[in-house]
Amino acid sequence: MTPAGPRKVAASSAALAGLSLVLAACSSGADPADYPDDDIDVIVPFSAGGPTDTVTRMIAEPMSEDLGVQLVVQNIDGAGGTVGAGQAATSDPDGYTVLMHHIGMSTAPALYEDLAYDPIADFKPVGLVTEVPMTIIASSDFEPETFEEFVTYVQENADTVTMAHAGEGSASNLCGLLLTDALGVEVTAVPYDGTGPAMAELVGGQVDFMCDQTTNTTGQITAGEVKAYAATTPERIEALPDLPTTTEGGQPDIQVSVWHGLYVPVETPDEVVSQLTDSLQVALADEKVIDQMADLGTAPVSEEQATPEAHATLLEEQTATWADIIGSGQGG
Amino acid sequence: MDLLDNLALGFSEALQWHNILFCLLGVALGTAVGVLPGIGPTATIALLLPITFGFDDPTSALIMLAGIYYGAQYGGSTTAILLNLPGESSAAVTAIDGHQMARAGRAGVALAVAALGSFVAGTVATVVLAVAAPPLARAALAFGAPEYFSLVVLGLIASIALASGSTLKALAMIVLGLLLGTIGQDLDTGTPRFTFGVRELYQGLSFVAVAVGVFGIAEILRNLHDPRTRTRMVSRVSKLWPSRSELRRIVGPVLRATGLGSLLGVLPGGGHVLAAYASYAVEKRVSRNPGEFGHGAIEGVAGPESANNAAAQTSFIPLLTLGLPAHPVMALMVGAFIIQGITPGPGVMTEQPALFWGLIASMWIGNVLLVLLNLPLIGLWVRMLSVPYSVLFPVIVVFACIGTYALGQNPYHVFAVAVFGVLGFVLVRTGCEPAPLLLGFVLGPLLEDNLRRALLISRGDPTVFVTRPISGVLLGLAVLALVVAVLPAIRRKRDVVFAEDE
Repeated sequence: MTPAGPRKVAASSAALAGLSLVLAACSSGADPADYPDDDIDVIVPFSAGGPTDTVTRMIAEPMSEDLGVQLVVQNIDGAGGTVGAGQAATSDPDGYTVLMHHIGMSTAPALYEDLAYDPIADFKPVGLVTEVPMTIIASSDFEPETFEEFVTYVQENADTVTMAHAGEGSASNLCGLLLTDALGVEVTAVPYDGTGPAMAELVGGQVDFMCDQTTNTTGQITAGEVKAYAATTPERIEALPDLPTTTEGGQPDIQVSVWHGLYVPVETPDEVVSQLTDSLQVALADEKVIDQMADLGTAPVSEEQATPEAHATLLEEQTATWADIIGSGQGG
Repeated sequence: MDLLDNLALGFSEALQWHNILFCLLGVALGTAVGVLPGIGPTATIALLLPITFGFDDPTSALIMLAGIYYGAQYGGSTTAILLNLPGESSAAVTAIDGHQMARAGRAGVALAVAALGSFVAGTVATVVLAVAAPPLARAALAFGAPEYFSLVVLGLIASIALASGSTLKALAMIVLGLLLGTIGQDLDTGTPRFTFGVRELYQGLSFVAVAVGVFGIAEILRNLHDPRTRTRMVSRVSKLWPSRSELRRIVGPVLRATGLGSLLGVLPGGGHVLAAYASYAVEKRVSRNPGEFGHGAIEGVAGPESANNAAAQTSFIPLLTLGLPAHPVMALMVGAFIIQGITPGPGVMTEQPALFWGLIASMWIGNVLLVLLNLPLIGLWVRMLSVPYSVLFPVIVVFACIGTYALGQNPYHVFAVAVFGVLGFVLVRTGCEPAPLLLGFVLGPLLEDNLRRALLISRGDPTVFVTRPISGVLLGLAVLALVVAVLPAIRRKRDVVFAEDE
């Protein structure tokens, strides 16, 4: 029953000091004034190598340079992006966990009734990143030659036409829903497990048409493997200058793009958000980012769009729109 | 000679010292991650993709990433043979006979045969890629949903051959596997099935968790249960190198498997998954002593390994010639192309001939490097088997946990391994074999999705399966395979009946 000797006390106090140092290191960054002084995790709720991942990695590099800390991309995929988004929603609101999500952020409430988070109430938008245009394409032996012919053909042969998409909730699925909704028809939608297999069967002529992002379609269009009818954007796409827009073809309602944006948990301090927004704007003005995005058939959004306000407006508007379209699609 | 010119261009590109270096780096990394169950080529390529963004030469980037992929096919067989720990579906087939060989002290032979078979297959598949890539890719596009459905049916029926015991139990395992494959969100409507509110199950069970559980962990439990094998896995290691007669025995299987694997690999809708299983079924069927299969038949290692490597290589064909990714690894390769400013598609071959042919030539160089890298390692690997179980078991369990945790940085996968480990042990104790279960699990989603797609496109008309010629032929073969599989059982029963009469 000897009392703890002085050496033991010294050892334990040193251990305590060490522990508090470690704790201090772990909790550093809780003070927004020091932000950022540690690596920032960027959650991409989709698999690596996909379009969203690619876009994230493009902007992560210049943002890391600008902020002076490393942005580390974490791919947490599953359930249409809701697994990763759910994880981001419950992460510490200190600016060290950022979520990159696309249009799926606004469709999740309509697609998943037991969604564990609220995309609007649980997050603060940081700013939009890019809006990837979509294209309406068809197998090369599909009859119509132009977008106008396509519209009439689909309306007249709705009961035999087949439309491919890359699975429930995918961008191609959403675009397809919007398209058939605008044309007032219902066609047979054929689901594939991802864009790759869907494109393979489209090129092989197993299905008739599809609507998908330029990131997935530009190569096939320029090679002449598929027919392209229209771009679903207000302006023509730079990478495909000969492709008319849906508006030119008399269908201005078919407007859809895969918009991407950054989010942080809702409790994150505003000064931290504005630092992230500033850094995002620096990245979007980077020549290399502009070039890389051009290769994908897209471009960074304007500076006014890369703001929390513009992002919030779009998110709310899109959430309402898709709730209508998806709701009516599932009801009918 | 266009082809010779092209190959000369390819080799001049691939043989530049920095490209050889990236190739070596890729295959070495691939071997390493292939050996560890769980981490796998998809995760590795995903991790390394950003590094390649900085490469000045897109050819180097693609050579390295491709090397990781087919290098992992080599490495995957190592743990399957030594520890019965398959990290991916093809290695599960190798584990059947490969691990039996290891238990009989012939691990070195099994590893050498796997490496040699893979090398031959890789070489032939590279030639196939160089000579016939565009026409093969075109032909593969004739495969639609009905064809894939019929191909999977044929694969499932042929897989009864995977079991060395009761046919009925093999069928039961296939059905159980198919049912496990239905877990997760329905492809068409997104409705969750058998998920019980667990969000991790929305994507379905992870293959690695199921395979590591029913093979690896179940094997450990079985060994612990049986006191005779409890101390050391292998009492003696007889030799490392196959004998002349053993080499002669594998010539046929390797060549048949290479042909089969090359063809299946081209199909963008998942043909590569079938390659190893199909080869095993074929070899067991044509073998003069099918009774050896499941108990350490050398053909059961040589065939599937060769088929798998050939298919891995030809699965680049749809990507390189048409820009169509056949599986997740190829989808990542698309990302690598795009980030380098190259749009994958039919244009790559004509616009970037140095890249296209360089990549193809590098695959052969990579195969040479893999053999040089793997053969000397065999001695080392085999020595691992003399490690006492008290050390080896915990190490295997730790590796299995790390590998599966790394899948999604989620402890859920580790729990799944535990559950399937126990299930696997129960199966082994009841004389049910895990390989058909795994095949059912892998092919289940393919079967269901293609069935539904085919019926959606045909607007509910089921005759498409027999009226489309390729699909009809495949279904015909399936019926034939079923008859051949059931016939011996019927005959045996008749013999028994006659014997009782006398």
